[in-house]
Amino acid sequence: MGKLRGFLEYERKEETTEAVELRVKNYKEFTKELDTEELNHQGARCMDCGIPFCHSGCPLGNLIPDFNHAVYQNDWKKALQILHSTNNFPEFTGRLCPAPCESACVLGIIEPPVSIELIEKYIVERGFKEGWIVPNPPKNRTGKKVAVVGSGPAGMAAAQQLNRAGHEVTLFERDAKLGGLLRYGIPDFKLDKSVIDRRLKIMEDEGITFKPNTHVGDNYDVEELKAFDAVVLTGGATQRRGLPIPGADAKGVVQAMEFLKNNNQVVDNLKELSPELSAEGKNVIVIGGGDTGSDCVGTSNRHGAKSVTNFEIMPMPSNSRTNQNPWPYWPFTLKTSSSHEEGVNRNWSISTKEFIKDKDGNLKGLKTVEIEWVKGKKGERPQLKEVEGSEKEWPCELALLALGFTGPEASLSQQLGLDLDNRTNIKADNDYQTNIPHIFAAGDMRRGQSLIVWAISEGREAAYHADKYLMGESKLPTKGNGDLPAA
Amino acid sequence: MRPKEQGLYLPEFERDNCGAGFICNLKGKRTNDIIHKALDILIRLEHRGAVSADGKTGDGAGILIEIPHNFFKKVCDFDLPEFGEYAAGMVFLPRSKNQLNICKEIFEEEIINQGLNIIGWRQVPVDKSCLGSIASLSEPNVEQIFIGKDEDTSDEVFRAKLFAARKIAEHKIYSSNLGEAEYFYLPSLSTKTIIYKGLLMPQDINIYYTDLNDPDLVTKLALVHQRFSTNTFPTWDLAQPFRYMCHNGEINTLRGNLSRMKAREELFESEIFGEDIKKIVPVTLEGKSDSASMDMVLEMLLQTGRSLPEAIMMMVPEAWEKNPSMGDSKKAFYEYNACIMEPWDGPASIPFTDGQYIGALLDRNGLRPSRYTVTKDGYVIMSSETGVVDVKPENVELHGRLEPGKMFLVDMVEGRIVGDEEVKEQIVSKRPYRKWLNKNLLPLADVPYTGNKTPVEPVDFKTRQKVFGYTIEDIKTIISPMATGGKEAIGSMGTDTPLAVLSDKPQLLFNYFKQLFAQVTNPPLDGIREEIVTDISLSIGEDKNIFDITPEHAQKLRIQNPVISNEDLDKIKYIDHPDFRAKSISILYEIEKGLNGLEERLEQIVLEIKKAVDENRNIIILSDRNVSDKLAPIPSLLACSFVHHELKKHKRRSSFGIVIESAEPREPHHFALLFGYGASAINPYMVNEIIYQLSKEGEIEEQEPDVAIKNFNKAIGKGIVKIMNKIGISTLHSYRGSQIFEILGLNKKFTNKYFTNTPSRIEGIGLYEIEKEIQKRYKRAFTPPETETGLDLEIGGDYRWRRNGERHMLNPASVAKLQQAVKQNSYKTYKEYSNFINDQTKNLMTIRGMFKFKQLNPISIDEVEPWTEIVKRFKTGAMSFGSISKEAHENLAIAMNRLQGKSNSGEGGEDANRFTRDANGNWRNSAIKQVASGRFGVSINYLSNAKEIQIKMAQGAKPGEGGQLPGPKVNPAIAKTRNSTAYVGLISPPPHHDIYSIEDLAQLIFDLKNANREARINVKLVSKVGVGTIAAGVAKAKADVVLVSGYDGGTGAAALTSLRHAGLPWELGIAEVQQTLLLNNLRSRITVECDGQLKTGRDVAIACLLGAEEFGFSTAPLVASGCIMMRACHLNTCPVGIATQDPELRKNFKGTPENVINFMYFVAQELREIMASLGFRTLNEMVGQSQKLDMDHAIEHYKAQGIDLSNILYKPNIDKDLPLYKTQDQNHGLDNVLDFDILRKAHPAIYRKEKMSLDFNISNINRTTGAILSNEISKIHGEAGLPEHTLELNFKGSAGQSFGAFATRGLTLNVTGNTNDYFGKGLSGATLTVKKPEEATFKSHENVIIGNVALYGAINGEAYINGIGGERFCVRNSGAKAVIEGIGDHGCEYMTGGRAVILGKIGRNFAAGMSGGIAYIYNPDNNLDNNNFNMEMIELEHVSNDDATELKELIQNHYYHTDSEVAGHILENWEENLSKFIRVMPIEYKKALQRMEEEKKKEENLELKTA
Repeated sequence: MGKLRGFLEYERKEETTEAVELRVKNYKEFTKELDTEELNHQGARCMDCGIPFCHSGCPLGNLIPDFNHAVYQNDWKKALQILHSTNNFPEFTGRLCPAPCESACVLGIIEPPVSIELIEKYIVERGFKEGWIVPNPPKNRTGKKVAVVGSGPAGMAAAQQLNRAGHEVTLFERDAKLGGLLRYGIPDFKLDKSVIDRRLKIMEDEGITFKPNTHVGDNYDVEELKAFDAVVLTGGATQRRGLPIPGADAKGVVQAMEFLKNNNQVVDNLKELSPELSAEGKNVIVIGGGDTGSDCVGTSNRHGAKSVTNFEIMPMPSNSRTNQNPWPYWPFTLKTSSSHEEGVNRNWSISTKEFIKDKDGNLKGLKTVEIEWVKGKKGERPQLKEVEGSEKEWPCELALLALGFTGPEASLSQQLGLDLDNRTNIKADNDYQTNIPHIFAAGDMRRGQSLIVWAISEGREAAYHADKYLMGESKLPTKGNGDLPAA
Repeated sequence: MRPKEQGLYLPEFERDNCGAGFICNLKGKRTNDIIHKALDILIRLEHRGAVSADGKTGDGAGILIEIPHNFFKKVCDFDLPEFGEYAAGMVFLPRSKNQLNICKEIFEEEIINQGLNIIGWRQVPVDKSCLGSIASLSEPNVEQIFIGKDEDTSDEVFRAKLFAARKIAEHKIYSSNLGEAEYFYLPSLSTKTIIYKGLLMPQDINIYYTDLNDPDLVTKLALVHQRFSTNTFPTWDLAQPFRYMCHNGEINTLRGNLSRMKAREELFESEIFGEDIKKIVPVTLEGKSDSASMDMVLEMLLQTGRSLPEAIMMMVPEAWEKNPSMGDSKKAFYEYNACIMEPWDGPASIPFTDGQYIGALLDRNGLRPSRYTVTKDGYVIMSSETGVVDVKPENVELHGRLEPGKMFLVDMVEGRIVGDEEVKEQIVSKRPYRKWLNKNLLPLADVPYTGNKTPVEPVDFKTRQKVFGYTIEDIKTIISPMATGGKEAIGSMGTDTPLAVLSDKPQLLFNYFKQLFAQVTNPPLDGIREEIVTDISLSIGEDKNIFDITPEHAQKLRIQNPVISNEDLDKIKYIDHPDFRAKSISILYEIEKGLNGLEERLEQIVLEIKKAVDENRNIIILSDRNVSDKLAPIPSLLACSFVHHELKKHKRRSSFGIVIESAEPREPHHFALLFGYGASAINPYMVNEIIYQLSKEGEIEEQEPDVAIKNFNKAIGKGIVKIMNKIGISTLHSYRGSQIFEILGLNKKFTNKYFTNTPSRIEGIGLYEIEKEIQKRYKRAFTPPETETGLDLEIGGDYRWRRNGERHMLNPASVAKLQQAVKQNSYKTYKEYSNFINDQTKNLMTIRGMFKFKQLNPISIDEVEPWTEIVKRFKTGAMSFGSISKEAHENLAIAMNRLQGKSNSGEGGEDANRFTRDANGNWRNSAIKQVASGRFGVSINYLSNAKEIQIKMAQGAKPGEGGQLPGPKVNPAIAKTRNSTAYVGLISPPPHHDIYSIEDLAQLIFDLKNANREARINVKLVSKVGVGTIAAGVAKAKADVVLVSGYDGGTGAAALTSLRHAGLPWELGIAEVQQTLLLNNLRSRITVECDGQLKTGRDVAIACLLGAEEFGFSTAPLVASGCIMMRACHLNTCPVGIATQDPELRKNFKGTPENVINFMYFVAQELREIMASLGFRTLNEMVGQSQKLDMDHAIEHYKAQGIDLSNILYKPNIDKDLPLYKTQDQNHGLDNVLDFDILRKAHPAIYRKEKMSLDFNISNINRTTGAILSNEISKIHGEAGLPEHTLELNFKGSAGQSFGAFATRGLTLNVTGNTNDYFGKGLSGATLTVKKPEEATFKSHENVIIGNVALYGAINGEAYINGIGGERFCVRNSGAKAVIEGIGDHGCEYMTGGRAVILGKIGRNFAAGMSGGIAYIYNPDNNLDNNNFNMEMIELEHVSNDDATELKELIQNHYYHTDSEVAGHILENWEENLSKFIRVMPIEYKKALQRMEEEKKKEENLELKTA
């Protein structure tokens, strides 16, 4: 499998992107396509390892060496079959995944890893282009009804899998359109929303019932869920972390999710951009150095911000792996996203002490202090220590809080009487089953905030267990053991 | 008598090898002297035998002589008729008086029943004082019986009656409940010969049997034998000679031969025996040795009217199948007899006699030495060695040797030796065999295709594939390479998946079987280089009564490759021929009925076949076609074996052949099993369908489906040859039905019923679970998901890890954790790693995973010996420089030297610059130097720099196969270290060509001990049933350490099926070795080492508790050095610079000695924790304390429930004070080595490099002459040795084995006389010469002067040999120059360098695998043909002018050293004779030379330009 010595022959290639000054003028995806031959070469770089760590690093258990080989052989249809056998939505992960597979890629020990994510995207896009991806409804129906609550990637995956098992699936979504964070958290320049619609169309044609604008436990009584033989909760972990410091109530201190969601709705022509949620002409400071923060940076630049600054409380990571962070574990190295490339002033080891308001309550600046992390005693976490005399003030009219999520919203679990774990997630152990036997939980709702790839994985696994619960056994696939452990 | 089956010890795995010989008077003159000479022969062969732990009991010896009529007349107190008119029997009887009498009564009764009269009994006088304690314990009463013959009874009838009386009495007594029934045994009962034998040392035979000292005892012939059994449970009855023969060697096919013999008995009918025939059977008795069984069958064949030579030819045919130059009548004889009996295959030198004729035969491979001398005063002496009887040179008429497959016979009536051609010609021309064959034998190719076709199956292809458990990996990894290239796929690293019985995945029944393989007691064969002796053709049809010899016996259907295509199957299925009638029997059962349905169906199948056979069908096709939603397939192996065994019970087995039509088999292992359990042809129809599709869809390169299918069938054929060769079997004909497998994980109830006589030692699952697995697969196939969005088939994952595939011990998690632990020096992380490996309560992988520790007795860890002491017992495994990179190899050495543990060179030699410490203190020298079959770089200097020398008999990943190093990895540096040609792939021979049996191993151990007296000698074995017995033999062969490897060890390259299906886990091996050594009281003499996927301290603890005291690690330290289990070692693309020679990739090596040291420390630390919990302060205290282990009952795995580990934990009931670990050193018997005499005298030469010349007498007991001397020189002068010809040593006589072994530079060793086997082994720079004595009158080029396997692995030096050599001359020569006057088969095999000049005949298969060096052959009569050469890698050319100088110089040297007549003759007329030489040139070598030449020119040009 793979091409012998292919990894010595070809170099890793990425897609090229449109120039920054052009792409920030709109919200379109801005990568340029690679030609097929180049992709064959990228597939040929796969070494067909005896232990494909990538396959372990991928939470879905994607059969990476196998589809790489098919791509090398230019057999795209087979590649798609292999890819789809473990991943319902490669078009999402192929665009958005931070690719733990690539950081676990063996080639990565000595060279840039195989461009797995890229290959994944091209396989699925080829499939759509060729018309190979068509609705595939079940041959027989079981007569069982399943509700899936929450239509993010976990819910979509669970719904599609359960439908494939022959159950009648209803997918609930409190917003107007399905997709959850995919739709409202991810800017269009990273995921064009037609990509979601394309997939939803197929799911609908496969026989899944969509219930948008239906907020279970709010405008839809949980009692009504009794009509279903099983329920899978995939409502996400949407409880945002705040920053309870002086001035937090200033106008201009905005949750990143609010900012992004609003903008996505604007791009979708569902509403107009309001001045308070616009970055145009403002000094924008994004607090939080994660992916959401990065999306805020990209969006702010597209709004036409005067300046964009990013704060991260943790120290600046090193450029390459350290001895304490060896391969194949997730590398805590400096990552520069395409949004960062578009212009941002990044700051590390910085803590925001106060939001400064003008007399009208509008945000006009931030007070910060530099910090250092002091090694704790044995067994204890490192301690944060402020650096004396490092206080600084920053002009700022829009502060975006991208500080992550603390867990699912409490109301649904309360109404249903579900147990929570000590991180306030819904407790559903290895078999995804909650304390109420017919109710399952998956995705961020069960595991806490995480990656899209984990959401899909959770959705699939929960579907397997729900199916098993309903039928006694399940013929749905599961990913099996073998997730790469944490360091 | 010998111990019963206990623990893991199974008595049936005893093996023996030996020294044998005879002496006779050509003219039939009877003398007393012959007896003494014969006994002398044995004494001179004593080093070929063995002594038990009591130091006194030999493994058995004996002598066969003519009935000493006059002597008996003198000593018997009754009257005897004339010689020939009565029979004398030697009788072993019970020790208790009353049981003795009962036995005598029964025997007498049967004699009387036969109408014979008993003349009398004579008590045989014996002197017990010479017996060892073990022999005394089992000493029988010995008497002689004399039986008279009526005048009107013919000799033939008398013989038959004696045979019947004895046989019937034996059966009666053995089936009685007498406690000492086993003692009853007749060494001989004949009118012509008598045998004196027992558990005696050779020199004690005539002390024990005082008869033998009577001067009135005369005979014209004497046959002698002494035994080296691999363990010390020899018995009196198994001493040899047997009634008609003795045997030096081993019959590998015994199980099949015995089973086929049983089947044949169904048809026995004989006029002479009449009704008695039913009482005579079974012909062979249970539990006898291979040789004893062979003798019993031989004896029976003589009753069928066949002559002794004819019967022997039938049992041990020469390799006729692929011999184009064999005469047709002989071929026809063999082909005809192949329809009647399969070869008894294995190494064998068989002297035989019926009292009239005496002769000997050698096996088809020539694997045993058999030298003979004819003297002018009328004696013929034949024996395993030359020089065993002193004969004055002028008295020698002829020195000869037996050649492979050849026979010679002394006709004492005519007073001459009848040569092979003549004996056989007489026999083969007796009947018109060719005519009979032409009329009756039907080749499958000649069967017309009737057009009838197996109908297409209604169930779709994918579903059927699922029913039979096909995975994507099967198709991609296993089937495709065979269909494309006609070759098995190669893989690397070991296997780390669970045993079939511990796997969660439904397993094919095949996976519960492990192939057995040859190690030590017999050699694996070399089907690649020595293909000419292999054959896989089979014939199908019904057998006929063996007492008749008729044309109809040849009514068989003959198939060249019994792996047949769909079309061929159709030919058989719908055959329309009067002699052949096929019947298809479905082996499907009703799935709904489950287990009962399966069982019922099996019984029904048997009845259906019985009925079919009664209706005259003689070909039964067992077919699993047409599975459906109601009918599921019975595993084809189960059906085949059951039918094979059951129809024997119904006495119908010999009436039909089994053809398998099955979707199941896909790997060589599967096919081998089916043949091994009785199938005669196999049609893998599903594979045909798969290949058809692959080919059609362009998934494989071969686009012609028929060709692709043919490729696959060919590849399976080759794979089967390899599997047969592993155990030393050459022909499928013999392999069929031989069931040479061990079962792992099936319970006794099941195996006894369906796989009778196959060992299965840890029990396991039965038919219930097997059926459950069928159900699982079946259900998955027939109830697909509602929406099929997945893959069509399961992904697999046996060879490369996949989440949903088979579990692997080395997986992303364990590898990541281990690497993290050693990098961060974090014991905590190591424990996470070790926990993945150790805790198998949920994920069972290994046998050791099922143990738990018990009888805890915690002590403080501080009381346990420190880790620094423990790691001294740790070793890294044998990984060659070549398979792994310089960086990785040296890294391990540095680390292990720092720890004072030991690293292992592997088989690739080692650069001498590593032998001394580096300036920075690092020491890159591998403490263990391996000696493997390729002998790469095994020079005296290499050996002298070892702390331990390891003889690799087998390797866990591919026992029974040689190593292979693919061409791309043989870069110039590797080639230099291995003395080979760059970029030419290297294969090591499967066997060590100097070890075909246990006494040969003892010889090699002796050689190596001579080469380095300070080094321990370590023999590496692989776990299999019977390994304990072999280890006992190894201990008796005086090894210091025995290493038992598990089957799962790593490798740089091996066939995928070898990785998984050959050998056993070390848990079984170590335990069996420990138990057997203890039973033999040999444990204290030898260190036991264990390796094979040892990964954690717990693994080590368990190995130790089972009996190991030293421990080897390979894969784990490699992973610690950065290996990520790419499993691309064979591809040279290892990305982390370990298993590659690519200079770019080698740069990626990031491992450090600290990584390895950390790993060893962690393991030791974990071990110490376990020791503390169990209460052991030192490892020695812990060895063999298996009572501290128990089966972990927390394990819930449904298949593991039936496993019983008590045999592994068994402790033999022995004296409490006997040590459980090594406490005493071996006595290597070096004191009397001739070299010490030389050393005493050669001081000036050795120390001061003064030229000297010394004279010595030598005889065959002076073995390995020159090695100690060379070792001493090496120690002082290193590789350089002494200046040329500094020390000249002149020897007179017959030198023993291994003369000149490893002899170093500056020595010249001259022998006037002759030498034995292994002349010049590993020659390291010396000059050796052998010439015939001046007094001798024979012609040197017509006489054998040296033995087999001369100059094996020679590295440097010269040899001039004034006579003919044996088989396998210059095998793996890599640099020595030799001139000889004639050689046997397989000359210059695997040669990679040096020069060989042959001034006489060459045998067959010259230059097989020769990739370097040049051979010149003098061919004055221009009579060499393709049969003489193996043309695969060479070209034959004329000698060019450039070479002529070199050639002439060599011949001149030869003439100078030996006065060779031939050389003189050639040189006299040089110009003309030069044209009569053939130059044998390896193609790759030529290219390499050209490349070097061009590079040289380029450089010169460059120099010119720059100048």
